[in-house]
Amino acid sequence: MPWVLRGLRDGIVTTGYPRRVDGYGAGFRGAVRVLEPEPDPSLTSGLPELCPTGAILVESAEARAVRIDRGRCILCGRCVGARPDLFAFDPLVEVATSSRRALVVPEEPDEDDEVRRIRVQLARRVRALRRSVHIRHLDAGSDGAEEAEIAALTGPIYDLERLGMFFTATPRHADVLLVTGTGTAGMADELRRTFEAMPDPKVVIACGTDATSGGLVGPSYSAGGGIAGLVPVDVFVPGSPPSPFSLLHGLLLAVGLLPVAGRSRC
Amino acid sequence: MSAQPVLRTTAGELAQSVAAGIRRGGRLAALVASARDDGSHVLRAILATAGRLAVIESELPPGVEAYPAVTALVPGASWYEREIHDLFGLAPQGHGRLDPLVLPLADGAARPRPGARTAPGAVELAVSGLPGHVMGEGVFTIPYGPVRSGVFESVQYLVETVGEEILHLRTRVYHKHRGIERRFQELRADDAVLLAERVEGTASVAHALAFCQAVEALAEVTVPSRAALVRVAHAELERIVTHLDSVIRHTEGAGQAVANARLSVHKERLLRLRARLCGHRFGRGVVVTGGVSGPPLMAPSEAIGVTGTLERALCADLDALMSTPSFLDRLRGTGMLPVGVAEAHGAVGPVARGSGIDNDVRAERPYAAYRELGFVARIGSSQGDALERQRVRLDEIGASFELVRHALGALDGGDGQWRAEAVPGAGTVVTSVEAPQGELLYLVESDGTALVRVKPRTASFHNLSLLSEAFRGDIFTDFVFIEASFGVSIAGVSL
Repeated sequence: MPWVLRGLRDGIVTTGYPRRVDGYGAGFRGAVRVLEPEPDPSLTSGLPELCPTGAILVESAEARAVRIDRGRCILCGRCVGARPDLFAFDPLVEVATSSRRALVVPEEPDEDDEVRRIRVQLARRVRALRRSVHIRHLDAGSDGAEEAEIAALTGPIYDLERLGMFFTATPRHADVLLVTGTGTAGMADELRRTFEAMPDPKVVIACGTDATSGGLVGPSYSAGGGIAGLVPVDVFVPGSPPSPFSLLHGLLLAVGLLPVAGRSRC
Repeated sequence: MSAQPVLRTTAGELAQSVAAGIRRGGRLAALVASARDDGSHVLRAILATAGRLAVIESELPPGVEAYPAVTALVPGASWYEREIHDLFGLAPQGHGRLDPLVLPLADGAARPRPGARTAPGAVELAVSGLPGHVMGEGVFTIPYGPVRSGVFESVQYLVETVGEEILHLRTRVYHKHRGIERRFQELRADDAVLLAERVEGTASVAHALAFCQAVEALAEVTVPSRAALVRVAHAELERIVTHLDSVIRHTEGAGQAVANARLSVHKERLLRLRARLCGHRFGRGVVVTGGVSGPPLMAPSEAIGVTGTLERALCADLDALMSTPSFLDRLRGTGMLPVGVAEAHGAVGPVARGSGIDNDVRAERPYAAYRELGFVARIGSSQGDALERQRVRLDEIGASFELVRHALGALDGGDGQWRAEAVPGAGTVVTSVEAPQGELLYLVESDGTALVRVKPRTASFHNLSLLSEAFRGDIFTDFVFIEASFGVSIAGVSL
């Protein structure tokens, strides 16, 4: 009985996201932004070496554009600390994309169309799922932090079930495969078999920088360079680990429940 | 901090030397191998004795791939020698059960051999030959995992049973093997910290701390006192969150829905506090070689206030939980780990303290600012069940809150550097910290220009081999509590 009253003590703590702006994202280092995408060439020497995961891309001397591959970025802030003139932390947590190329920012002009096309295709494929989505999580060699953030989704603050999303024990009931980790040798078969056991239509989410690109860890003799080589990936959620809001964003994107356009709501 | 005393012996006498060290009151903390480019190997047994770590070192010349097993005299070495066999192909003679553990490879396959410069290409695992059969009337094996029902890290338990009672448990841990030890060698020391943070994601601060202490010992620098305080504050916040996560898993298993929901809210608020203090929910980026990355992003006085509010709310719920009979009944007498077993194996962390054994690194070999903050270890009774391990964690949560406040309080008004320059010189050191899961060791070897060998030895690895010992007469429905009460992070088991 005391627990009943205790449960009412704090009122409603659940976030309004995605219907309302949450505000938490403002205090959070969610992504790195390029402040000056086309700096003077004299300023770009040594930039790629700043990044321990090779996420800083400097294009040819003529184009001299500086870009960041969020799919490789582990948010360590080395670049922000060394070159505050070029890079800054962004409180953005809506970082999921449906195309690996779109994780390289700032995007190239022709990418918009491609991303839109992929998203429309995905939305068509998952139309039947929207009101009841079952998620199977699979760890393909994570560091364990991603699991902690995924577990937070079922708590009262993020409360996945209010969005009609549920974790399921079996791949045979699952619509979404949420994969963490680099795709290790020891999990490659399990990942493929889990994917094959899921009924169509199905969506695969690469959860975290490790699952997207291998991050700082892979590829190695037993770690993969991301899971895209093992199963087809529909949505990438970068982050090391991605915050629960980034995960929510990825899940909503995966099943076509995201408000179409507009500003960040986290 | 200086390098450990090293006792050199031949590989033939390693086992006796380790056994003698244990008879004199030492505890086998780790057995670590390193490969060299010429094909030779170094074996190092790390013994924890009163107040310090000691190393027993022996060499295997090129071409020699066998030595008398330490396990034959010290059973606690079993997993270490299986790991060494997997990674280096060295064969301990008389081990008794040299099944693959962290990386099942076919006989004759190229091994990773961390320490040597050349890395193997992508390996192919040979898992079909792993033992899994049981014999006996009505006995069968249930493979549980690696993909389990719920959000879990990948691990496989082979549960040997006659229907309800769990007779024996075998643990397969190779699925997540990522080649971390080799990866360390490819990174500069200040980038390698980032990798240390990703060995066990739920102990990021502890790993960064242990690694940086090793670099600082090799560089012979002292960390500024303010930096040491910040390190303690973040390490203790990490402990609170990780212990709380263990409690949350217990409430989930026991069907305590309201407690589970409320504790999840507290955990999220703690993660948000950590993010406000440093920009990262798991404290990554705080600990750097030579100190910390900078002052807390939030005024210490404000952080102390927030911590106090969080603690009061959390402890009220934890107190209520610990007087809820339907919860306690599930834990009482479950997963008994007798003190004798825990002691013989040299268990560490809350698992050891729940069986009345104290080897808290913070008190035994104080580091960072624990001595200045007057840390005193707390141990449980020798009860040894899941309930006692839970009690230990709850006690520690309270103590950690106090440490966080003291550390942040001591920070106010002080001045000076946040970071000293630390360029590691040549040498080998072993450092230790008390991670949330227990004693965490880092062996770091540098040739003066690069890291040639980095070996994290996690409490998760050390304690997980004890898990099967805690299933005496327990049944399936106890599984979740026994597993959660061990609080193992699978990422840290097979690196």
